[in-house]
Amino acid sequence: MATNSGAPRQPLRLNMLFNDARYRGRTVQVIAFCILVLSAAWLVDNTIRNLAALGKDFSFSFLWSKAGYDIAPHAIDYSSTSTHGRAALVGLLNTLIVAAMACVMATFLGVLAGVLRLSDNWIVARLMTVYVECFRNIPTLLWIIVVAAVMSEAMPAPNAFRGESPTASMLLWDSIAVTNRGIYLPVPDFSRSLGQAPGALGSFDLNYAAILAVLALSLLARWALLKHAQQIQSATGERPVTWWKSLCILIAPVVVLLYAIGFHLDYPALKGLNFTGGLQLRNSFIALWIGLSVYTGAFIAENVRSGILAISRGQSEAAHALGLSSGRTMRLVILPQALRIIVPPLISQYLNITKNTSLGLAVGYMDLRSTLGGITINQTGRELEGMLMMMLIYVAISLTISGAMNIYNNRVRLKER
Amino acid sequence: MNIHNASWVRQDIIAASPRPAAQGGVAEWARKNLFNGWLSTLLTVASVTIVVWMAMALAPWLSNSIWRANSLAECRQILDGASGACWGVIRDRWPQLLFGFYPPHLYWRPVLTFALLIAALAPILFRAIPQRALWFSAVYPGFAYWLIWGGSLWFPVAVYCGVVVAAGLLYLTARVSRGLAVASATVGAALWWTYAVQLVSALADDVLPIALTPVASREIGGFLLSIIIGVTGIALSLPLGILLALGRRSSLPLIHLLSVTFIEFIRGVPLITLLFTASLLLNYFLPPGTNFDLILRVVIMVTLFASAYMAEVIRGGLAALPRGQYEAAEALGLDYWKAQRLVILPQALKISIPGIVNSFIGLFKDTTLVMFIGLLDPIALAAAIRANTDWQGIYWELFIFIGAVFFVFCFGMSRYSIHLERRLKTDHR
Repeated sequence: MATNSGAPRQPLRLNMLFNDARYRGRTVQVIAFCILVLSAAWLVDNTIRNLAALGKDFSFSFLWSKAGYDIAPHAIDYSSTSTHGRAALVGLLNTLIVAAMACVMATFLGVLAGVLRLSDNWIVARLMTVYVECFRNIPTLLWIIVVAAVMSEAMPAPNAFRGESPTASMLLWDSIAVTNRGIYLPVPDFSRSLGQAPGALGSFDLNYAAILAVLALSLLARWALLKHAQQIQSATGERPVTWWKSLCILIAPVVVLLYAIGFHLDYPALKGLNFTGGLQLRNSFIALWIGLSVYTGAFIAENVRSGILAISRGQSEAAHALGLSSGRTMRLVILPQALRIIVPPLISQYLNITKNTSLGLAVGYMDLRSTLGGITINQTGRELEGMLMMMLIYVAISLTISGAMNIYNNRVRLKER
Repeated sequence: MNIHNASWVRQDIIAASPRPAAQGGVAEWARKNLFNGWLSTLLTVASVTIVVWMAMALAPWLSNSIWRANSLAECRQILDGASGACWGVIRDRWPQLLFGFYPPHLYWRPVLTFALLIAALAPILFRAIPQRALWFSAVYPGFAYWLIWGGSLWFPVAVYCGVVVAAGLLYLTARVSRGLAVASATVGAALWWTYAVQLVSALADDVLPIALTPVASREIGGFLLSIIIGVTGIALSLPLGILLALGRRSSLPLIHLLSVTFIEFIRGVPLITLLFTASLLLNYFLPPGTNFDLILRVVIMVTLFASAYMAEVIRGGLAALPRGQYEAAEALGLDYWKAQRLVILPQALKISIPGIVNSFIGLFKDTTLVMFIGLLDPIALAAAIRANTDWQGIYWELFIFIGAVFFVFCFGMSRYSIHLERRLKTDHR
């Protein structure tokens, strides 16, 4: 008996390329590929002709030429004689700093509001609803500008702190000054400083390096102590008391080191027309930081709320039936499951914060967009190269963050069947 | 065991206790909802303090509102040292905040456009309106363009004729092959729009000139601009997002790769860089000498940006559909597009309504970013007003007004999405 070998093969005809499901996919792809190549060629050709007409070439050599402009907060050594490349790096660091700070604060606000919105307390739940709805439905740019306006218009000038009966006074025992030029905070200072050491990105402070090293050593020692205690417990069944030892190990060396290098706080003080000393948080930074945090916090609150609501009631009932206290129920049963739902949208909110730092332009924050994508482009006339590089950096940041998110998602995914 | 052997047994019946005094009632409600434990009490006290403090700060400020003043100095003079809101700035700059620098004698045009927008949206948004009214919704975009920018009526008409040409070609070639029909319609419409539109509209103008006073794009601003960009972006980003989502789930590797690259690139960069690309770089990519309208560039960029986010939302909806739906559609013998149109997309879009509307809201809020490339949206106008000597130093009143308008639009959209979800709810889960 002959086996059925399917429909007889027909000779290929032209209209089969469009009508036959076996070939249509390939036809569509070939057409799409042709269109893609043609339009790419058209764009590149246009660009080459336009560049030629303007007498420009395509080169990134401007990154090594002198920048000639100042960047106000700079995390690494920078002066106006540095290169454009270094200016871009300083801008990138500023972007990352404000993004990290805003992520921390937005998470704090969001978790607080999200949890409180679910609370039994009527008035608190209503207040949090008002917070979420107000901040979600108004553009973040407006919030950033509002904070900037409040800081520069409603806060006292440094002059108001002067004289016998000043109209403004510093907060927290004369340590913090809130002025219309920014907030001045005390910073750690060292009277017997270890000095600076040259590093890859510029010089770094040896004092902080020493503190970090001592802390790391302390942690290592504590780890050894706990391991030793564990061994004794395994051998004898009795666990030696370790809490005061580990406390000593953690605190004593750092305190000794801080004393040795003369740690003290450097307070801001009014000198001349302005405050000197301490750390100045500029208005642009504060506006961007607060504006982004309160805005994104509202979104995070919704993520947190929906994550907690998504855990079925049976889970907490089961935990109670096992005799777990409500704190342990939250820590051991609800949170691990809720986090799986909360974390992915949380990370995409972090991504949004990072991208939204580019709104710092509205208040004059010197981030990547304002240095590489702003002043550098204006000075060198390299729009094409500058914008391309800036976009690629943003894409790289975003792909890194979403890559981290994918790793997390795969780790916590429910293993089904 | 006998009951008499038990050590102690109650002999008499306890008298019924009275009903608890505060079951229900305000006191019981307050105990349950406000003072349920020390933490709750603490939170209640803190919130009440904050609310009272804010009310105490705001009440005199609001009650002393000044509406009739032409500058901040005049306002302060009337207030005479008291704290009070100076809404005079809104009254003074009202037309500017709404229309930007649109010629004042032509304000009826944007107002009429907005009224017609509501009429055009009604049949799309609400089922109670007869569906024949959708014809008006289809014609509306061209008409709105003509009303706002002015110029010859024949230009939008000629553009619409491109659609007629495409439909005609589709009808003529449909019998030969479907793929050919789509291709010929696309090419035909593209050729019509590139070469014939100018010619036809110029010709029609000679025969029967119907024109409004032209208004340049740089004169359009305020909420008019936000709504133009927002509505156009919303209308265009949904279809584009659907196509991108289908592309990303496509089994054709090239289409999949293209969609993924586009979506990930757009989602990876801030909108502001795309807007700068539109204003700074587009001249590099287009043939030398081309120049087109800044608002059009912005609309294109905002649409592309929103469509990438839309695609991800819709992809979520597509992924949430059970596989059985796809298999059932195939088993019925539906081809790809029919299956998508009749079975898959109606369900997937329904699942993704909250996400889609969120992304609409995001798009509308993002229209404020156009201030960075020199368009006069409400926030840019607020900056301009604050820089003016008359109103230097004012900020709360302006920002509260702008924020309130945005709030009304965005909150309205989110309420509508809840209404839509409820209307379309068919399952029993």
